[in-house]
Amino acid sequence: MDLFNALVALSNFVIIPAIAYGSQLALGALGVTLIYGILRFSNFAHGDTMAFGAMLAVLITWLLQSMGVSFGPLPTALLALPFAILGTMALVLLTDRVVYRFYREQKAKPVILVIVSMGVMFIMNGLVRFIIGPNDQRFSDGERFIISVREFKALTGLKEGLAIKTTQGITVVVAIICVALLFWFLNRTRTGKSMRAYSDNEDLALLSGINPERVVMYTWLIVAALATTAGVLYGLDKSFKPFVYFQLLLPIFASAIVGGLGSPLGAIAGGFVIAFSEVTITYAWKKVLKYAMPESLEPSSLVQLLSTDYKFAVSFVILIVVLLFKPTGLFKGKSV
Amino acid sequence: MKKLLLASAAGALLAGAASAEEIKLGVILGFTGPIESLTPSMADGAELAMKEVSDSGKLLGGSTVASVRADSTCVDAAAASAAAERLITSEGVKGIMGADCSGVTGAILNNVAVANGVVMVSPSATSPGLSHANNEDNGLFFRTAPSDARQGVVMTEVLMEEGIKEVAVTYTNNDYGKGLADSFQAAFEAAGGSVTINAAHEDGKADYSAEVGALASAGGDRLVVAGYVDQGGSGIVRAAIDSGAFDTFHFPDGMISNKLQENFGDEIEGSTGQHPGTDSPGAAKFSELVGDSFDATSPFTPESYDAAALILLAMQAAGSSDPAAYKEKIMDVANAPGEQIFPGELGKALDILAGGGEIDYVGATAVELIGSGESAGNYRQIVIDGGKIATAKYR
Repeated sequence: MDLFNALVALSNFVIIPAIAYGSQLALGALGVTLIYGILRFSNFAHGDTMAFGAMLAVLITWLLQSMGVSFGPLPTALLALPFAILGTMALVLLTDRVVYRFYREQKAKPVILVIVSMGVMFIMNGLVRFIIGPNDQRFSDGERFIISVREFKALTGLKEGLAIKTTQGITVVVAIICVALLFWFLNRTRTGKSMRAYSDNEDLALLSGINPERVVMYTWLIVAALATTAGVLYGLDKSFKPFVYFQLLLPIFASAIVGGLGSPLGAIAGGFVIAFSEVTITYAWKKVLKYAMPESLEPSSLVQLLSTDYKFAVSFVILIVVLLFKPTGLFKGKSV
Repeated sequence: MKKLLLASAAGALLAGAASAEEIKLGVILGFTGPIESLTPSMADGAELAMKEVSDSGKLLGGSTVASVRADSTCVDAAAASAAAERLITSEGVKGIMGADCSGVTGAILNNVAVANGVVMVSPSATSPGLSHANNEDNGLFFRTAPSDARQGVVMTEVLMEEGIKEVAVTYTNNDYGKGLADSFQAAFEAAGGSVTINAAHEDGKADYSAEVGALASAGGDRLVVAGYVDQGGSGIVRAAIDSGAFDTFHFPDGMISNKLQENFGDEIEGSTGQHPGTDSPGAAKFSELVGDSFDATSPFTPESYDAAALILLAMQAAGSSDPAAYKEKIMDVANAPGEQIFPGELGKALDILAGGGEIDYVGATAVELIGSGESAGNYRQIVIDGGKIATAKYR
């Protein structure tokens, strides 16, 4: 019985939050990694692309809510998601036309493109604040919990409770669907194959008649869809605030680099590595150990490896270790 | 000719000593920077007191008071010190109503005010670091806002009365949060309670599952959230409720606003909190006095009125606008014994003081100076009842 309690406490405070957070990071990191693989630069504007997509979803959700449309127990934002993706696609294609294409034609070095993307980041940053403001916005509705702590306790009679939020469930399901679709697209379709070919060897791809502008356009479209989905899921699960997306850029890049830049599988693994290490290393194990250990060995201290202040430091330590010993990342991406 | 000049100069001097002068007071507040939305009404509050005193014509035989504003920026200690230096050396102010934020207030006090011997009365600096137990300030610094150390004690009293002996504490990672959390922990443990964990959280993050995991593991009867309601504080509370880690919370001043009620409603039923506030009739009289000319309920605005009033009343009590003389009188006019003085009654107070009587300045915020000259503070204790913030009592 005690072991069950330990397991439930661990799932409630570590495993479930980390899986949800990891899925959100993975979706974000996939976008970063795709841009890096095909356009060959680190896109710093990715966080703010997420914010822009999520902002569109918030606005459309409000519109739907005011028209009385709802999605039953699921959040209305899921209905708004496709429209938000279309809007974000338009925005990234526009920035590509106006900004990035110029530098691509110049064959600018990646470092120049990185700096250009920072400029784009600041503009998008301002655009989002200009439209919706810098404050917290709440747009989730529908059922809040798949199972709440109280229900779980009544159901099992355990002392510890377990809560699974609807948004956490949706995050994981949507992330799995997105990843499955993406891999099917990259491995099975003609366009996907041409994208991989272009990523592996640009010159060979050009020789075999692949149209680079088409590849670039498809990449942006996929990235916009991924970014918006990640942004909306994150906003639903936590709350929508423009500044938060800007800060999310760091763990997203850490995930992409740990996994191996340019490798989609690596981005997903990296997302979960970062999320789990952030949560487990700073978790105070006292509660779990109290259940799992015999009474005589009960810990009196918190059994916390690192204070939660150092949450972000954890991802960076992992990042440094990976870069030192395996510069291409866990899944053999391109070296940075 | 020479004699005539000397005589007339001496005459002028004599006349000057006996008759009215124009007294300048500095108003140093962060008109630009993080609290720029609060400072205009704070300055208006202080200037209202100066105008009231000037109009009465009773200060030091009919002296008038002029305000000179300067920008403390709230964050830039060098800019604030330069502004204060200018006020004292080139404008010749006799006292400073300010500064506002704790950091710049300390900088002005140590670099400028003590060196020049000018009195400062801050309406809003709450850092415990500004309490001068050993007279490092030469008795020049006062404040009409309570120190956060005081809030830690009040918070302990509230929790102890609720029968809560074990709490977890999380604070926003800055001077305010850390100061408050530490002073609370000290007070709570001294009163026999135990703090299971005292952990920081960063503002502006959206994910607080790691923080709440640690807090939940440490356990406690209640979670004390020394944060900001429109920043990380709400994120922590949200994550704690969702994961079932804590059902009730205790909120210091940074968390108490309508936003709290909007965000959580009856999900935090039974939670408690406190923030500076008073049921003294002074607050109502101040609002009445201000009318529509500015927002009398804006934070620290009544404190600003009281700060300026205290300086002027102390001058009257000392019979001089010299800071070295009137600094001794500030505690006397602020505290009992004497006749109670409310906002709008400064003229009456000047009369009593001129007649050699004693006053007990109550003002808009029920001023009671303790320790080295800081407000004892009045707190409104709240409880979440039926999803609404309700007043439990004042203490």
